[in-house]
Amino acid sequence: MPITEDGDVVRVRQLARNYAQQVALSLVDQTKLVTATSELARNTLIYGGGGVAHIEIVADGRRRGVRASFRDEGPGIPDVSLALADGWSSGKGLGLGLSGARRLVDEFDLDTEVGRGTSVTVVKWKR
Amino acid sequence: MERVPILKIGGVLLVSIQIDLQDQSVLALQEDLAEKISTTGAHGVVIDISAVEIVDSFIGRMFATIASISQLFDADTVVVGMRPAVAITLVELGLTLGGVRTALDLERGMKILRVLGEQRRGPSSDEDADPLRALL
Ligand SMILES: Nc1ncnc2c1ncn2[C@@H]1O[C@H](COP(=O)(O)OP(=O)(O)O)[C@@H](O)[C@H]1O
Ligand SMILES: [Mg+2]
Repeated sequence: MPITEDGDVVRVRQLARNYAQQVALSLVDQTKLVTATSELARNTLIYGGGGVAHIEIVADGRRRGVRASFRDEGPGIPDVSLALADGWSSGKGLGLGLSGARRLVDEFDLDTEVGRGTSVTVVKWKR
Repeated sequence: MERVPILKIGGVLLVSIQIDLQDQSVLALQEDLAEKISTTGAHGVVIDISAVEIVDSFIGRMFATIASISQLFDADTVVVGMRPAVAITLVELGLTLGGVRTALDLERGMKILRVLGEQRRGPSSDEDADPLRALL
């Protein structure tokens, strides 16, 4: 789904919640996943200048989970370790979106190139 | 964009968040509350989040901002009703909400505001004596 406006961030949260319930994540894990997707979708919108989100159910053997990926063709992130530091924001944020999202999920993958764009993929597995 | 209603109960402003807030609505609520506190002279603000399923860094920052704004108008802010899953997630996200007063439920939140109000201004007026009564 596209992320081009504020309301899309809300729709991403709702979609992530929906999938999280389908794979029967615990309430706490649902909340963690939805919170992480909210942070990442907002970054795609604000810093990436918009982009797309893709949310799906994934399986690994008998284990199921939810994968959410966010891709934009914005400016990219020049210093990834800085961007992943707690409390660092190039804008007016609290700087907890990327670092916090990483803590809230089981798998976190960040791929970015200056001038090209940014892609972040996270997975939360059913325990 | 949806707007969150602000109710006035005695000297307290009550905000009960019942919708999944988009960022613009969060900003609008901050502005509306600043306006309402200054025009009503309310001594307290209660933000009821018992229906809120997630609090991310943007919404979390709103609580801190509202608490700061209300202080400028000599009013106190209490956030009530946070769900356990939300609290656990907030801690892991790294948001401490240090300057924000919280209470388990609306009743306790109102009690805290009454005590704080009395500390600041001396015993409150009849209307303020039990804001909850107006609710029931
Ligand atoms: N999709 C993106 N494109 C470009 N820069 C990004 C993107 N996502 C995050 N960033 C950069 O990483 C920084 C940290 O992000 P985050 O932890 O979410 O904090 P905040 O959103 O509060 O600034 C941002 O301030 C921004 O500079
Ligand atoms: Mg962010």
